[in-house]
Amino acid sequence: MPDPVSGLTPSAGLTPPRDVVAPVSDAAQGLTIESRGQLRLALERFVHHRLALASLIVFVLLLLVSTIGPLFWHYSFTAITNQFATAPSAQHPFGTDLIGHDLFAQAMEAEATSVKTAVLVAVIATAIGTMIGAVAGYYGKLADALLMRFTDLILAVPLLAILLVLSSKLSKQAGSWLFTALILGFVLWTNLARQVRGSFLSLREREFVEAEHAIGASDRRIIFRHMIPNAVGPIIVSATLTVALAILIEAVLSFLGLGIQPPEVSLGSLIASGQDAAATLPWLFFFPAGLLVITILSVNFIGDGLRDALDPAQRAHR
Amino acid sequence: MWGYLLRRVAAGILVLLVLSFGMFLLVALSGDPLAQLRANPQISPATIAAAAAQLHLNQPLVERYWSWLTGLLLHGSLGTSYTGQPVGSQIAQRLTVTLKLIVPAVILSVLLGVVVGVISAVRQYKPVDHISTGLAYLFFSTPVFVLGLLLKDFLAVDLNKAAGHTVLFTVGESSPGITGGWNVFTNEVQHAVLPVLTLTLITYATWSRFQRAAMLDVLNSDYIRLARAKGLSPRRVLFVHALRNALIPVVTIVAIDFAALVGGAVVTEIVFSWDGMGQYLLNGLTGAESPDVYAVQGWLIVAGTAVIVFNILADLLYGLLDPRVRYA
Repeated sequence: MPDPVSGLTPSAGLTPPRDVVAPVSDAAQGLTIESRGQLRLALERFVHHRLALASLIVFVLLLLVSTIGPLFWHYSFTAITNQFATAPSAQHPFGTDLIGHDLFAQAMEAEATSVKTAVLVAVIATAIGTMIGAVAGYYGKLADALLMRFTDLILAVPLLAILLVLSSKLSKQAGSWLFTALILGFVLWTNLARQVRGSFLSLREREFVEAEHAIGASDRRIIFRHMIPNAVGPIIVSATLTVALAILIEAVLSFLGLGIQPPEVSLGSLIASGQDAAATLPWLFFFPAGLLVITILSVNFIGDGLRDALDPAQRAHR
Repeated sequence: MWGYLLRRVAAGILVLLVLSFGMFLLVALSGDPLAQLRANPQISPATIAAAAAQLHLNQPLVERYWSWLTGLLLHGSLGTSYTGQPVGSQIAQRLTVTLKLIVPAVILSVLLGVVVGVISAVRQYKPVDHISTGLAYLFFSTPVFVLGLLLKDFLAVDLNKAAGHTVLFTVGESSPGITGGWNVFTNEVQHAVLPVLTLTLITYATWSRFQRAAMLDVLNSDYIRLARAKGLSPRRVLFVHALRNALIPVVTIVAIDFAALVGGAVVTEIVFSWDGMGQYLLNGLTGAESPDVYAVQGWLIVAGTAVIVFNILADLLYGLLDPRVRYA
C-alpha cells in the first residue's frame, strides 16, 4: 500500500522519515535522470549481487521441483518398490534405499518439508522478535528491563538444550513438522529482538516520531505505521538468515531423532536414516546432504544480497 | 569495575537459579522415567512404587527442587542420577572428554580464523579473498553432522584402506587396553583428529568472517592512514597497528562461542561416539531412564555457569583491550 504522503511503498522498508525534503523534480532541473523509488533501488542493488541472484534462482528452482515435481513423478515418497538399494539410474535418478523407497521422490518431499518448516519458523521468530524488541525499545524502562532479562535468560541456555527438552517428550505431536516449527520459532527470536530494540531506541528519538506524538497518534499507530517500516530492512534480512538457520537446526534435530519423524521426511531425517549404509550406498548420503547444503547456502547468499540491498549502511566494507 | 563485576556475577547467579527451576519443572514434567518398568507386566506395582520412592518421584516437585538446590548450595553436591551414580563425578568425567575435543578445536579455529580473516581483508576482492569467503559460506552452511559423516565414512575409510591399517579412528575417544604413555597419547590423537577437524572447520568459518570485517574496519580507519603516511613499513602497520586492534572483537566472540561448546559439541560427539557433555545431556533426556532430572540439572549448572562466566569474562576483556569502553 503506497504511503499517501511520499508515494513510497512501505514494504520497501526504507520509507524515509517525513522530514526529508522532497527532491526538486528532475523535469524542473531540465535533467533526464529517471526518478527511482526506494524499492527499485533496493532491487537494483540486489540484482548487482550476482551470487545472491544466482542463489535466488537456484532456491526457486528447488522449491518448484519439490512442490510441483511430486505431482508428475511416477513414485510417491511413501511408495515401496521392489528394487532395494539400487544405485542411481534413469528409473531412480537418486537411487533407492534399503527398503525400496525411490530416493528422488523422498528427496523432493524432504526438501519441501524442510523449507516449509524453516519458513514457518522464520515467520514465528520474526513476529515474536519484532514485537518484543519493539515494545522493549519503544516503552523502555520497566518493559525494557523485563523483556531484555527474559531474552537474556533464553540466550543463556544453550539453544540445543531447550530444543531437546521441548521436543523430546513434551507432546504426542512431537515429530510433526508443525510442532518442530513451533518449537524452533519460539526459541530463535532472541537475536532479532535485541536488534529491533536497538533500532527502536534510536528511532524513538527521531523528529518524525516526536511529530507523531505531538499530533496525538496512538502508540500502536506509531509503532506499526512509522517505526517498524523504518526498521524493516534489517528485519527482513534477519528473517531470511533465520530460514537458513532453521533448516540447519531442524536437520540437526531430525538427525538426533528429535525433529521430524516418519511418516514425514525432512532432509535431516533422510540423511539420518541413510547414514548407517552411507559407506556402501553413498547415494543415500550424498543426494540429501548435497541438497541440504545447497539449500542452506543459497538462502544464506540471498540473505547476504538482501543485506546489501536493504541495509546499505551495513555494507561499508563487505 | 569491581562494582560492575559484582553486579554481573549476582545477575548471573540469579539467571542460573531461575533457569534451573524452570528446567527442573520442564524436564520433570516432560516424561516418566519409569515408563519402561510400568510397561513391563512382569513387574509388580509394589516394585514400581519402591522404585518411584527411591527416585523421589512421589514427592511434590517444588520439594524435590528444594532438596536438590540445598544439596547443591550446602554440600556442593549435584545429586544422584537415576542410574544411581553421583552426577558430579559423571560430569567431571564427561567434561574431561569434551575439553579434549573442544580445546584443540578452538585453538586451531582461532589460528585459522585469524590468519584467513587477515589475509582475506588485506587482499580484499582478490582471488584469495573470494576463495576464503566461498569456503567460509560453505562451511557455515554445512550442518556439523554432514561434515562429520563425510570425513568419517568417506575420507577416513578410504585413508585407512589405502594405508592398510587404521590411521584415523572414527569411533570413541581412545582404544581400550593401550598402555605406555606415548602409545596412549598417539592413540588418543588418532581418535581426536577427525572430530577436532570437523569442529574446527565449522567454527573457524564464522570467526574468519568476524576477523575479516574487524580488520577491514581498522584498515580503513584514519590512524592506519596516518601510520602509512608516516612511512612505517607495511609489515609494521599491519601487525603492530592494525592487527592488534582488529583482534579485540574476535576475542569476545571466541570467549562466548567457547563457553557454548562447554555444554558439549553434541552433534560432533554423537557422530564420533564421544562420551562427552553433549551425549550426557542427550542421554539424560532421551536415554533409558529419561528424563533424568538430576543429570540434566547437573549438565545445566556446568554448561550455564560456563556461558555466564565467559560472557562476563568477554566483557571484561573487551574493556581491558579497548580502554574506550567504560563499565557503567
